[in-house]
Amino acid sequence: MSDFTLKIRRYDPESGEPAFWHEYPVDLPPERSVLDGILQIKDREDASLAIRCSCRAAICGSCGVRINGKSALACNTRISDAARRAGPGKPIVVEPMGNMPVLKDLIVDMDAVHWKKIMRVVPWLLPAGEPPEREYTVPAEAMIDVTQSMACIQCGVCVSACLSLEVDPQFVGPAALAKAYRFVGDPRDGQTEERLRDLAEDPHGIYDCTHCFACIEVCPKDVAPMSQIMRLRRRATGDFEIKDSNNGYGHERGFVNIIERWGTLHEAQVLPRSFGEGSFVKGQVKPSAVKQLAETLPTALRGLRSGKVTPKKVIVHPKLPDQARVRKVMHTIESKPRLELNLYIVGDNSGEEQGAMAEGSQEL
Amino acid sequence: MGIISKVHPVRSHSNAAQGGINAALQPEDSWESHAYDTVKGSDFLGDQDAIEIMCREAPEEILHLEHLGVTFHRNEEGQLGTRAFGGASAARTYYVADITGQAILHVLYEQLMKHEEVERFEEWFTTALVKDDAGRIAGAVTRNIRDGSLELFSARAVIVATGGNGQLFSPTTNALICTGDGIAMAYRAGAPLMDMEMVQYHPTTLAGLGLLITEGARGEGAHLYNAQGERFMEKYAPNKMELASRDVVSRAEQTEIDEGRGFPDGTVALDITVVPRKRIHEALREIVNVGRDFAGVDITREPIHIKPGNHYVMGGVKTDINGQTGVPGLYAAGECACISVHGGNRLGANSLLDTLIFGRRSGQHAAASGRGLPVPEPAKAELAAEREMIDSIVSRERSGRRVSELKAEMGAVMDKDCSVFRDEGRLQGALEVIKRLQEEVTTVAVDDKGSVFNQDVLGVLELQFMLDNAECTLVGALERRESRGAQFRTDFPERNDGEWLKHINLTANGDVPAVSFSEVTMTQWQPEERKY
Ligand SMILES: Cc1cc2nc3c(=O)[nH]c(=O)nc-3n(C[C@H](O)[C@H](O)[C@H](O)COP(=O)(O)OP(=O)(O)OC[C@H]3O[C@@H](n4cnc5c(N)ncnc54)[C@H](O)[C@@H]3O)c2cc1C
Ligand code: SF4
Ligand code: SF4
Ligand code: FES
Repeated sequence: MSDFTLKIRRYDPESGEPAFWHEYPVDLPPERSVLDGILQIKDREDASLAIRCSCRAAICGSCGVRINGKSALACNTRISDAARRAGPGKPIVVEPMGNMPVLKDLIVDMDAVHWKKIMRVVPWLLPAGEPPEREYTVPAEAMIDVTQSMACIQCGVCVSACLSLEVDPQFVGPAALAKAYRFVGDPRDGQTEERLRDLAEDPHGIYDCTHCFACIEVCPKDVAPMSQIMRLRRRATGDFEIKDSNNGYGHERGFVNIIERWGTLHEAQVLPRSFGEGSFVKGQVKPSAVKQLAETLPTALRGLRSGKVTPKKVIVHPKLPDQARVRKVMHTIESKPRLELNLYIVGDNSGEEQGAMAEGSQEL
Repeated sequence: MGIISKVHPVRSHSNAAQGGINAALQPEDSWESHAYDTVKGSDFLGDQDAIEIMCREAPEEILHLEHLGVTFHRNEEGQLGTRAFGGASAARTYYVADITGQAILHVLYEQLMKHEEVERFEEWFTTALVKDDAGRIAGAVTRNIRDGSLELFSARAVIVATGGNGQLFSPTTNALICTGDGIAMAYRAGAPLMDMEMVQYHPTTLAGLGLLITEGARGEGAHLYNAQGERFMEKYAPNKMELASRDVVSRAEQTEIDEGRGFPDGTVALDITVVPRKRIHEALREIVNVGRDFAGVDITREPIHIKPGNHYVMGGVKTDINGQTGVPGLYAAGECACISVHGGNRLGANSLLDTLIFGRRSGQHAAASGRGLPVPEPAKAELAAEREMIDSIVSRERSGRRVSELKAEMGAVMDKDCSVFRDEGRLQGALEVIKRLQEEVTTVAVDDKGSVFNQDVLGVLELQFMLDNAECTLVGALERRESRGAQFRTDFPERNDGEWLKHINLTANGDVPAVSFSEVTMTQWQPEERKY
């Protein structure tokens, strides 16, 4: 057992008092979660402390909060890690998610923001015509591809962290756009172009994302909402020539090149590359690009300031250990029509196949 | 038409089902084969008419889900692909990566968002079912969790689909919301419960937290060791070893632990390091995460401590093949219902299927039979009574133990005395504890005196529901003097078809439930010895 201190932001809407901070001691084995700490407080000291939670295993999407300022699920944040990040002698700070109104203690109004945005993208399949007698015949890869956004548990953690949303509350936002890709990428959907046009023409749509990477970093399920937004843009411009006034496509190409080369995003390189068609040397700087670059700079700076891009990250960008694999996946993917990089898949196709069999060969 | 859920619907526990959903949809497979596997898996306590319906309708259900947008895994030809599953004679499990339940639940919620004519009451907590003077269901009393207001909904029909009751046990693989509310509410409203003693213990759950380690680990070749380093399954199932059926493995583990060959924390070790690392990362990704995030163990380098843990309840509210319970107008479907398709032991990947098939059948039947009936007028007195009950909890001054202490005592005693091995003495002892807790819970106080998101007071209501469930589980376990499926009585270690091939029904009746029996429906399969 170790001792930890949780400093929790409390708010009782019925008290007439403003929110306040309260510190609670908890003792838990270091591998337990911040949620376990909160549940211990409820069990032992004050059961009026409110937090949504159910599965305790990053499945139900209930327990999004901010821990030491960073949006996360309380149930898959280890309490010892949180304590380490808080710093020696400092309490672990827990507060409700951002970008959404607080209802009580750690509970925010998901309906008012998150679910409203989900509704914005017409979140159901709109097939063309009557369904076939049997199943729709669609490429296996396409199903795997949309499964990455299907893996979203609607926890709102990305919504809480999104920088664009902070600036423009009307932005459709990372989770809803990831949900949109779930339909755009689904070959069974019959409204692909309409969906893309709608989200491209909306000033708060797919071009309102400033590529701050926050959603990718915080998402507990590796949905990588920003990547889904990139795919939406690529399909809008590439497949339907929907006008992209913000040079989204170029940016996207740079992004892909970097992934291929480094395995993860090398943020310091994204901007220059996106304006040079994927390479510094080849870059022919158009006047519009210069303007764009200048406009996007504050984002990068903000990334630096908020610790999302540390100077160290900019200088040394370690390749992923399985970099060869990432490249292989990308090449396998690129050799097939329409399939895009899916961070949900690690390993080559055959491995995934066997893995799936093995995991399923037993009941749960 | 409205749907009430105490959590936002996508937070429901169906999310947790990773493995998949069964259907005999491939040309070389047959529904009869699926049905036979299910009957055998149930240790012949399943009702064969219901099992036949489930297995016949399964292919249609999968196609329906597919048409709605579930992103089922495809084969090379772009058609639905399957994986193999334990206890099944064909590969008939359809899946979406390792998120099958989540994918289905979220797609069904997409459809709910589309069909705005269905009113949604999200984060509303039902506290009681209400009948009219003629004894027909008339509605439900429900609390809006967001503001604490209590409403009386009137309804021509009510379908209870409140899920399992794993939280009776500590630990459990079930989520915190699985508190058996609907089972208790239906029971209190007069509906009989059936086979409540049939509770499934899964062989590999995390000590302490109870999180599930899928059988995938053993499927990949992982070994089980006791604290003395012995691969103990040699003694219990020399042929199948770790891959023997679930109840066998759970019993073997528990024997080792009980006889002092487990680790001090009451566990045995699951050694996955024998599986090649690359393979672990490919095939057991989710367990790597669970081990790392929830046990602080790198399963590719060291064994992880596991034990048998509560997982699923086969019993529940007794229904017919259309979901009708013993109360007119009241239906039950999903894990809270007992039709029974699972009998003494549920087969893997059959639970989501049961939920979907009989959920739909209940809905269709309720709609057809409710149409034309006048809107009932539930007695207002029920609303007042519920309000008074809740108010009295909130206003009570603390005089004794905390809600959490009562819950912990219940969970511990159920896990100790009503789990893998049972006998009369321990079951009786546990029943006395539960009876005492039922008294004590009427005096328990809460910290939260407010209306908005008062989770504290809901915790008391849930505890009361759970104690009713626990009582019925224990009474059923005491009653069934044989060993069948998940019920193993050390004082009656054999299956006894002569006397006990029957369902146990429990009906609310003052202090102790009234016990009665009903026949197991058999169509084409006679009981035989169960060997795998
Ligand atoms: C870890 C794990 C893995 C599993 N894997 C599989 C698998 O691979 N395949 C398979 O087939 N099965 C699997 N199962 C079993 C399966 O997931 C469940 O049996 C099934 O999902 C139950 O569904 P349900 O609709 O009955 O209940 P749930 O999904 O639990 O839904 C219950 C609903 O009732 C609501 N509710 C409850 N009480 C109240 C109240 N008082 N007022 C208002 N609303 C209320 C809840 O809010 C919730 O929405 C697994 C179970 C677990 C625990
Ligand atoms: S990358 Fe875009 S969507 Fe994601 S958090 Fe940043 S601004 Fe929001
Ligand atoms: S994309 Fe990720 S962070 Fe955002 S809601 Fe979905 S699961 Fe949560
Ligand atoms: S409790 Fe379910 S996601 Fe954290």
